[in-house]
Amino acid sequence: MMTAQPSVRPPRTPSGRTRRNAEKWSWVFMRITGPVLLILIVTHLFINLMTGDGISQIDFAFVAGKWASPLWQVWDLLMLVLALLHGGNGMRLLINDYAHHPWLRKVLHSALGIAVIGIIVLGALVIFSFDPCPVDADPSLLPSFCEDVR
Amino acid sequence: MWMWVVHRVTGVAIFFFLLVHVLDTSLVRVSPEAYNEVIGSYKTPLYGLVEAGLVAAILLHGFNGLRIIAVDRSTWALRHQRQLVWAVWIAFAVLMVPFLWRHLGHVFGGA
Repeated sequence: MMTAQPSVRPPRTPSGRTRRNAEKWSWVFMRITGPVLLILIVTHLFINLMTGDGISQIDFAFVAGKWASPLWQVWDLLMLVLALLHGGNGMRLLINDYAHHPWLRKVLHSALGIAVIGIIVLGALVIFSFDPCPVDADPSLLPSFCEDVR
Repeated sequence: MWMWVVHRVTGVAIFFFLLVHVLDTSLVRVSPEAYNEVIGSYKTPLYGLVEAGLVAAILLHGFNGLRIIAVDRSTWALRHQRQLVWAVWIAFAVLMVPFLWRHLGHVFGGA
């Protein structure tokens, strides 16, 4: 990819990684996911906050209406996974830069890993196990297409 | 130097909001009432302003990220990296003004 190997002066903190090229792949990952996330998230914000009644329109029925389309299910899953991995990797770099005690670094890295994996699993389960028309719910809170389902 | 600080601060803010945002959205699996109640608090003036700050953080982080990529990839961008900082702020302002107009209208105008 790059021919010249620039030497980076301190205060860049060595990561302590032993696997060769691990940090290069982390860098490549950020470079690729960054622009993708910008498109995914700006579209997400535009649809949810600029169209229709903006923030005022967001309720259970709005979410149900969006997730009725596989496009938005996949869109939100992609955002979920890429944003957490991109943000988690960024937080990992900050921990490397600011947490100097090895034990503190270990604790923070572990907490970060658990949070990132836990939130990805939770979010993915919610997107794909979501029921837009729960049977015991108040019908006035449900999307209009639920009437046809019953 | 300042954009480096902006990138770190906005990145951390976005990360923590992301954790909370997945948790609040997960309430759709609890009940429509639970989700609507929590999302209702996002429509209050205080949260409306926090959301505006969050959108600002996302746009700044995203545009500055594009600047970082450009400066790494092209010597033209490297030579003009100071002007590109201005480009980041101008692009940010161009998107923020219509967003604030509409979003704050929804939050404070009751529309």
